[in-house]
Amino acid sequence: MTPLKPVAPGARVALGVAFFVLFFAAWAAATFGGYVSATFLADPATMLREGWSLLAVHGFIKDILVTIWRVLGGFVLAAALGVPLGIAMGAYKPIEAFFEPFVSFARYLPASAFIPLLILWAGTGEAQKLLVIFVGSFFQVVLMVAVTVGNTRRDLVEAAYTLGVTDRGIVRRVLLPSSAPEMAEILRLVLGWAWTYVIVAELIGSSSGIGHMIMDSQALLNTGQIIFGIIVIGFIGLASDFLFKALNRRLFPWSLA
Amino acid sequence: MSAEPFIHLAGVRKVYRRGKTEHAAISDATFDVMAGELVSLVGPSGCGKSTLLKLLAGLHAHDGGEVRIGSGAHSFDPARDVGMVFQAPLLLKWRRILENVLLPAEILGLPMAAARERARALLALVGLSGSEDKYPYELSGGMQQRAAIARSLVHDPKLVLMDEPFGALDALTREKMNLELLRIWKEAGKTIIFVTHGISEAVFLGTRVVVFTAGPARMADNFQIDLPYPRTLDLKTHERFGEYTRRIYKLLGLE
Repeated sequence: MTPLKPVAPGARVALGVAFFVLFFAAWAAATFGGYVSATFLADPATMLREGWSLLAVHGFIKDILVTIWRVLGGFVLAAALGVPLGIAMGAYKPIEAFFEPFVSFARYLPASAFIPLLILWAGTGEAQKLLVIFVGSFFQVVLMVAVTVGNTRRDLVEAAYTLGVTDRGIVRRVLLPSSAPEMAEILRLVLGWAWTYVIVAELIGSSSGIGHMIMDSQALLNTGQIIFGIIVIGFIGLASDFLFKALNRRLFPWSLA
Repeated sequence: MSAEPFIHLAGVRKVYRRGKTEHAAISDATFDVMAGELVSLVGPSGCGKSTLLKLLAGLHAHDGGEVRIGSGAHSFDPARDVGMVFQAPLLLKWRRILENVLLPAEILGLPMAAARERARALLALVGLSGSEDKYPYELSGGMQQRAAIARSLVHDPKLVLMDEPFGALDALTREKMNLELLRIWKEAGKTIIFVTHGISEAVFLGTRVVVFTAGPARMADNFQIDLPYPRTLDLKTHERFGEYTRRIYKLLGLE
């Protein structure tokens, strides 16, 4: 293999699929072959059967929708507040000096550690789920957006000044558009993290959602359902990632080169 | 042409401070530029020529001396009468070429229909007809730089400032761009200040050359180039061309 040499599109897909196949084959060999006890790890066939019964009998679709709603709610909240603050911090240094130390500190506070506190404050309802996701995403969004906006090429800003752009125009005409693709990438990344936070929030004190189903299944030692739940999360994550990427490509065709 | 200079610089000084140490970027720049001239500022890196250009562009304030742009015959409004070209094209990569060229007109609030027509004409002038709807990344470095030149002219500025605009191009493209620049200058009739560290480029283009030296940064010479326009590459073998370049080499301590 030559380093950094691109792979043909067809071969790329084939290689990607091949690993999935290999993974499932190893799993099937371990379970069907009797190397692993069925109590601890269900085989693929059981997993699919349990998954089907979840969807057909137990109304798992509703849990999935509830979880998706929570992720989107918390994510949109964090983005709606975090992106503008990040832009303000990136563009105006006094604002950055004011917020940056606190945000950097808050960023390291683990969202999961807030769950007991948030349950005290907001109960075990939807508000608490949204808050967990918000706490986990908001500070990350703020910092990463601030860095991206602040890293706009200085010479580009100077050039814009010589073209007559005003101070406020610099933000609107240069800083925002030039960092927009990277901001979209940041949001894509954070949406992935939001999925982790929602499941953590649902594992503790929840009566619906994918995480709740997983906890219930653990009590019943139904590893098939647990694995099915995890795989569903994986596929939703993959789909949302794909959509986000496609949207970015459409919105920012100029940023590819 | 009136005898009053379009640009008058007298004892211009610019100091940069880092902590407590002061560093003179320009110590005593004194020269005049007549309307319609193409003046080359030449010198090594760190001689203050780019700083001087930024003073003229209004990006930085000077610390001493006199900077006057505009004369009785040629009024000057710093907000709309300057066009600038940098070493890098610095196009906004999210805008198509035509939209990039239109940007100054848009910011100054000029009538857009007329500006659009003018932008197309300028793109034709710099040889970019047909690239109006492309994104910058679809163009080569030389083509992007030509778009940047069109952008610097779209609002019909009286003064065009060029900061080593061809420094990043390969030698062959650079020669071509020099010839193009002279053609554009003749057609557009602008006053151009052209900063370069290329000695033969400075002589080849300029009606006048101002030489700066580094360490300490100061202005070393200012003389007329008596070579006829239109200039072609043959000129570089001209005896007087050699004399001028040797004069600059000597000033810069290379002979």
